[in-house]
Amino acid sequence: MELHNIEKLIEKYFEATTTVAEEEKLRKYFSEDEVAPHLEQHAPLFNYFTKAKEERFTKQVPLKPRRNYLKWVSVAAIAVFMVGLYFYQPTPPPVTLADEYTPEEIESAKEALALLAMNFNKGTEQLYYLDEFEKTTNKFLTKNN
Amino acid sequence: MKQTEFLNIVLPFRDKLFRMAKRLLVSTEEAEDATQEILIKLWSKKNKMESYNNVEAFAMTMTKNFCLDRLKSKQAGNLKLVHTNYTDASSSLQSELEAKDSISWVERIMAELPEQQKMVLQLRDVEQYEYEEIEKLLDMKPTAIRVALSRARKTVREKLMEKHNYGIA
Repeated sequence: MELHNIEKLIEKYFEATTTVAEEEKLRKYFSEDEVAPHLEQHAPLFNYFTKAKEERFTKQVPLKPRRNYLKWVSVAAIAVFMVGLYFYQPTPPPVTLADEYTPEEIESAKEALALLAMNFNKGTEQLYYLDEFEKTTNKFLTKNN
Repeated sequence: MKQTEFLNIVLPFRDKLFRMAKRLLVSTEEAEDATQEILIKLWSKKNKMESYNNVEAFAMTMTKNFCLDRLKSKQAGNLKLVHTNYTDASSSLQSELEAKDSISWVERIMAELPEQQKMVLQLRDVEQYEYEEIEKLLDMKPTAIRVALSRARKTVREKLMEKHNYGIA
């Protein structure tokens, strides 16, 4: 009776009309040692399925919270910025002449510069003669053209 | 969602994903990488995960698509090449030992099946999913599933018989 049942189930199995429960019955039947000789050929099939289901995934999955990483970087950046602001001191105003030299020194320097400027101007005044020279050369040039 | 919570959700079907990936990609390393990739993808979507009514089915579909994409991509060319190289290199000893073991024949026979039959057989006979679940996972009509399953089972039976007869003769 049992065997007849199994034969029927096998037939149904290959037509893909068995239910999961019926397939489980077949698996169980073939996992036992007392398989009818004429059905033995099917045993590897069902035993393979049972065996295949036992394979496990053993690799570790690195679940790094990546998004948090970026968030904390920005937090750190802001912290560094705040610390920077806290210790920040405005640069001192530029040093003036009055800080480094006494008024007398400045006065004498001014005098010296004025003297230099005056003599320099004298020199430039002399150069006005060159203007006259230019005028006469231009006259020649226009004539030649 | 915390990592432990996530792992608790994922743990029951993690091995199923791996077995599915291995069925399609054949190589254990490739399957491990694929599974890892899928789990990381799921982890990155963990906030949305509560809105999925069936995380397992969702993950399974993801795995299926990922592996099929992988097989289609150029890398798959390398993969196949590497794999045949691998089997060639170790054929002498390992395959001889395996050949005696008719259970491992089934694995090899299954590797030769078309992808769709492979997946149906894997989901039904190894993972024991109901037809309704397979319909959703593979996006197939019920009749198509039954036809593919019946064909796959019969092919495996025929090839197994062939090998069995060779063994006797």
